[in-house]
Amino acid sequence: MLTWLDANLVSILNGLAIGSLLFILAVGLSLVFGMMDVLNLAHGALFLAGAYLGHLFVGQQAGWASFAGALGVAAVIGALAGGGLSVMTEPLAHRSHLDQALLTLGVALVVAELLSIAFGNDVQSVAAPPGLDGSTVVLGSTYPVYRLVLIGIGALLAVAVHVVIERTRLGLLVRAAVADREMVSALGVDERRVKAAVFGIGSALAMVAGVLGGPIYGARPGLDSTVLILALVVVVIGGLGSVRGALIGALVIGQVESLGRVLLADLASFVLFGALALVLVLRPQGLFGARAQART
Amino acid sequence: MTPRTTADAAPPSATAAPEPPRRLLRAAPMAATVVLLAAAPLFLAPYATTTLSRILVFALLAASLDLLVGITGLPSLGHAAYFGVGAYAAGWITIHLTPAVPVPLLAGAAFGGVAAAATGWFAVRSAGVFFLMLTLAIGEIVRQVAQSWDSVTGGSNGLYGIDLPSVAGAPLGNVGLLHWYVLAGAVLGYAVLRAVAASPFGAVLRGIRDNEPRMRALGYRPYGYKLAAFVIAGSVAGVAGALLAAQQRLVTPSDLGFTTAALALLAVVIGGAGTLWGPCLGAAVVVLVRDALGPTLDGHGPLLLGVVFIAVVYLLPRGAAGVRLRRGPGREQSEQEPT
Repeated sequence: MLTWLDANLVSILNGLAIGSLLFILAVGLSLVFGMMDVLNLAHGALFLAGAYLGHLFVGQQAGWASFAGALGVAAVIGALAGGGLSVMTEPLAHRSHLDQALLTLGVALVVAELLSIAFGNDVQSVAAPPGLDGSTVVLGSTYPVYRLVLIGIGALLAVAVHVVIERTRLGLLVRAAVADREMVSALGVDERRVKAAVFGIGSALAMVAGVLGGPIYGARPGLDSTVLILALVVVVIGGLGSVRGALIGALVIGQVESLGRVLLADLASFVLFGALALVLVLRPQGLFGARAQART
Repeated sequence: MTPRTTADAAPPSATAAPEPPRRLLRAAPMAATVVLLAAAPLFLAPYATTTLSRILVFALLAASLDLLVGITGLPSLGHAAYFGVGAYAAGWITIHLTPAVPVPLLAGAAFGGVAAAATGWFAVRSAGVFFLMLTLAIGEIVRQVAQSWDSVTGGSNGLYGIDLPSVAGAPLGNVGLLHWYVLAGAVLGYAVLRAVAASPFGAVLRGIRDNEPRMRALGYRPYGYKLAAFVIAGSVAGVAGALLAAQQRLVTPSDLGFTTAALALLAVVIGGAGTLWGPCLGAAVVVLVRDALGPTLDGHGPLLLGVVFIAVVYLLPRGAAGVRLRRGPGREQSEQEPT
């Protein structure tokens, strides 16, 4: 057991790093959908925009200032983009979820193409900030410091999101809106503003995740749909509209993506599929979802 | 109502509803279209003919997707997976076994159907946007398999060197013959879709789209019907894939990727879901924009298509009308409930 752990420690840590990145990405997707029934297919494009933003600011020789700057700008642009998407989906509020999903799909195509026009089709790498770009020794295995930091950031954000959702007025409104949107608006709360706020925060998190993921994934065309799929699988497994579900789902998929690929190298793609199928057969509403099946 | 059949009426099929005049009216433009398409290679330049073949392939894919989206009410974003599975299967069999004509087509249909059954049995348990997410994930996973299974699919290089299909030992060695082959396959696939949509089975599918709880109350088990529709659509998409393999003679992972699936859905939405022929027109628009305007946009056709997507959602709620799962008295609504 111990030798097994020793041999696979790096994979497990990688899984945790991927998992925390996925959590940051998926929590916004999950809340926006759980709350407003908007499936934001542009979420992956926002991640990619964040990655390119990191490349633009940080490039090859990273500094703390530029990295922090990239994070800040990503958060602001992400929030604005989320607000914009919220406004764009507003006229479609009384039409089916599908129309809104199609709209965001169109936005995703446009954004991804604009990024590929601006940055070309090559893989652009992003360097980790100085001091974090080296390796350290964890229980006898060398491991990149940046990924450890990423795990820490993921844990920190998970706590922060939990506190916001459980302890603040905004969180209260969000939970109420997830449970019963009509009732919230009947009580005199402008649900459009709650929606815009959640959309903005979710999109800001997606772009921040893009910057944070830059040193690991780089920035390249096609990355947007890859991470979108992973985030969707996380949300489906975890259950829509649930923060806890997004966290557990992200950790599970992180391990599937990392440990699963190492242990079952030949079946890597099937493992992800298998995990998805397994959860859906056992719990069609996702691990923590209450009423996902009720939607049509 | 008494059926008024004219002399040149098509023989009424056993299962169809008795509406000969409307059926005739519908059949006439269809027949004219097929004749026109068949005559195209005689007066079109080879490049234009090739584009037309490509439109036919994509139109069959879009029409098969419409069986799910427009008729059964299952919006799929992973339909390109079965298209791609059919294309790879047909391509592989053409290279390793035989290019003799019906074989690759049948292989495409069989493998597309099997792949749809293997993934559909749990995908159709969900509905609405949840189904959209699931099919999206399934499609992407299938693409990853295509990309990583080097020994069979050729990995990211794709499966290349696919022989021309051959009839009675003679390969279909020019653009016109190949076009006729694609046309024949597309018409066949389309006829299957039309027959399914017009049958009592299709009426049940519309019933499920419009009001699933009611169908359940009437004693139908929607799960079986949805799965059957999913498998049929996957199988026809597999045929379209086999035509792609023959026409393009190359199959790459991007043929079954997210973009292809999204473009197929765009074709359905532009054309008007639930009509089967509308998505074919939509497919023509999509292919023309991508292939004809693409080069002038530096290969960034998807940019234009994304804009079209957004515009269609806002400006053509009618085009997207059939996609909406239930709204108002649709023209296509099933009035004759089978008993």
